[in-house]
Amino acid sequence: MDTLILSRIQFGANISFHILFPTITIALGWVLLFFKLRFNATGDEKWMQAYRFWVKVFALSFAMGVVSGITMSFQFGTNWPGFMETVGNIAGPLLAYEVLTAFFLEAAFLGIMLFGFSRVPGWLHTTATFLVAFGTTLSAFWILVLNSWMHTPAGFEMRDGVAHATDWMAIIFNPSMPYRLTHMLLASGLTVAFLIAGFSALRWLMGDKGAEVRATLRFGAWMGAALIPVQIFMGDLHGLNTLEHQPAKVAAMEGNWETRSNVPLLLFALPDEETRSNNFEVGIPNGASLILKHSADGVVPGLNDFVLEDGTVKHPPVAPVFWSFRVMVGTGLAMLALSWSAVFLMRRQRGPEGLPKLWLYGFVGMAFSGWIATLAGWYTTEIGRQPWLVNGVMTTAQAVADVPAGMVASTLFAYLAVYAALIVAYMGVLTYLARKAARGEGVPTREAPLAPEATVRALQPGE
Amino acid sequence: MELFGDPAVWLPLAFAGLMGLSILIYVVLDGFDLGVGLLFPFAEDAEKDRMVASIGPFWDANETWLVMAIGLLLVAFPTAHGAILTALYLPVAVMLIGLILRGVAFEFRAKAPLPHKGKWNAAFLVGSLMTSLSQGFMLGLYIMGLQYTLATVIFGAITALGLTIAYSFIGATWLILKTDGALQKNAVEWAKGGIWGIVLGLGAVSAASPLVSPRIWDKWFSVPEIFLLAPLPIMSLALIALLWVALRRLPTRDDSFAWFPFACGTALFVLAFFGLAYSFYPYVVPEQLTLYEAASAPESLMIILIGAVIVIPVIIAYSILAYTVFRGKATELRYD
Repeated sequence: MDTLILSRIQFGANISFHILFPTITIALGWVLLFFKLRFNATGDEKWMQAYRFWVKVFALSFAMGVVSGITMSFQFGTNWPGFMETVGNIAGPLLAYEVLTAFFLEAAFLGIMLFGFSRVPGWLHTTATFLVAFGTTLSAFWILVLNSWMHTPAGFEMRDGVAHATDWMAIIFNPSMPYRLTHMLLASGLTVAFLIAGFSALRWLMGDKGAEVRATLRFGAWMGAALIPVQIFMGDLHGLNTLEHQPAKVAAMEGNWETRSNVPLLLFALPDEETRSNNFEVGIPNGASLILKHSADGVVPGLNDFVLEDGTVKHPPVAPVFWSFRVMVGTGLAMLALSWSAVFLMRRQRGPEGLPKLWLYGFVGMAFSGWIATLAGWYTTEIGRQPWLVNGVMTTAQAVADVPAGMVASTLFAYLAVYAALIVAYMGVLTYLARKAARGEGVPTREAPLAPEATVRALQPGE
Repeated sequence: MELFGDPAVWLPLAFAGLMGLSILIYVVLDGFDLGVGLLFPFAEDAEKDRMVASIGPFWDANETWLVMAIGLLLVAFPTAHGAILTALYLPVAVMLIGLILRGVAFEFRAKAPLPHKGKWNAAFLVGSLMTSLSQGFMLGLYIMGLQYTLATVIFGAITALGLTIAYSFIGATWLILKTDGALQKNAVEWAKGGIWGIVLGLGAVSAASPLVSPRIWDKWFSVPEIFLLAPLPIMSLALIALLWVALRRLPTRDDSFAWFPFACGTALFVLAFFGLAYSFYPYVVPEQLTLYEAASAPESLMIILIGAVIVIPVIIAYSILAYTVFRGKATELRYD
């Protein structure tokens, strides 16, 4: 394997590992603020218990996100120097604004949010929670502006092979940004909804049927049920936007080789780039035309339009995009089925008792389903941008560093080993925390395991 | 915007200043919390919780200065960023894995089942060690002009050791400030040991850099520079002497002057930093690329500078708030 493909795998591995944790912290910050505000309003201790349990998950996820994020800021230079040399005038300010406005805000108030509860007035603790949630969302905003600009670049001109900004509003509000940002924020919300529902269901199955678990199980299921239809609608809009600006990606997602009308929606196929056709196609007639053009005889672009006369392929690899897209949509549909049926069952029986065991196991099994859908979605859009790094401006191959392949391979191996160990540890610790909470032992603080009675401290609303 | 003359001249300088400031703040702040990790092998298990508690609320914001520094290098001097980081590919990877291990060990050591705590303590130490050693090694190679020869690698190994000891020294002074009792007494002993490392490290860098670079030699050892710069080494020596005297008398009965070693340590870091900055100006990649050649387009730099000028005072304000909330001796960190 050469340096290019190894570097791509390495960056792909790093960013895949990284995105797992911001996906949790972006929405979990707001959920924690909700728990805190409910507690302030009602004085019901269950909300503060929920806050204390989930703030630990937040702290752990935040640390994982920070350290894997630092890795990426260095890899721009170590592996992809061509990127900043060509589009640094645009990417630079966007990244700088992320660090200046978001990173410091999150980092400074995280300490107060985690450990300041008994040190600062209640309003300041609530404000710190708000600022951390706001900071994570702001950070997502800036990074998605940059990512969207790489897909649909606007507001710049090329001088001597280097991009120069001409219109910052056009750069920030580039054509795909509103869709991509909303799609990602909703993905974060769904990830957290199913994480909370999953671990609450796990505690319920372990016999922890107290007020806190009851509240968080309902909360997670309702949040998932409320967000998933919005996400499906938003995903459709995002797809139409992609059709307009990156037709090659949509052609790969649909597995459509020839530009034509009446294109079926493929449920299964094995795309083959050698023969430039699909094997074992199973599809719904006219489906893709209906979804993308809203009419049965709508014309859908085909992959063969993106092969130059000399045979150079200018469309993304088909099978990974085709399959990632199906994994994402399939996970979304499973989320829809589970959350809606669970909400229906809980409403009929007035609470989690209405859920058959199968549904509880379903939630446990789907606890990390948001991760699968998010990763699959990112693979669809990022692999779908290939061979471009910045669509139509520079290819990925132009940006790669001239470092020996062996060096990239050895560091890749080291990163993969560390990441695999950390994912296992992360999931293990979350399960351990849930089990401890279910046993009523309280959850250890960062410093010392805490006595069970110490978890419940008399608090006044608004404290 | 011709207010200060040609922006192509002063903007790169302003960004070099901002980047330097970020590196300096990073080295002092993350220096003390890396140092606390490096001192783990000398501490009892029970003391480790308090040591971590003394840095727990701060480490994340401290590391953000590293992202800021590398971000400024990335955005203001993109060609230099590529040249430096590809040359330092392996040490950067070692540092990053170190930072990952360390950052997650903070959380895992307290949340994992008790029998696993020892392993996470080890991960915390190994992560701190990997980070400090690789940063020191990178500093050494940078001074040597980013060339890999036997001599430069040996020099890199010396600076790696020097910076690691310097970090553990400032970590020990932080513990003198933030703890009391037996742990504070131990920290004083650790700091005493660390001074020798500082003398060795500063001495090695000061002796080697003029020897490898005739340019640096000229910058320091010509008249009148040698007299104008004389206060720098003299002040460093005076600070080391003061530290030695102070550490022999600490801890005092009423805990007065517990802040003194940390303040002196910080001052030493600042002096060393200015010495290095003076040696390398105007180069951002030693002997290859000046900061004027490496700078981004002025209009992009201006956009960032406007944001930075507005936001940095705010960042400093809430950093002070965070340090104020968690002032005083470190107590057990709790979520309630």
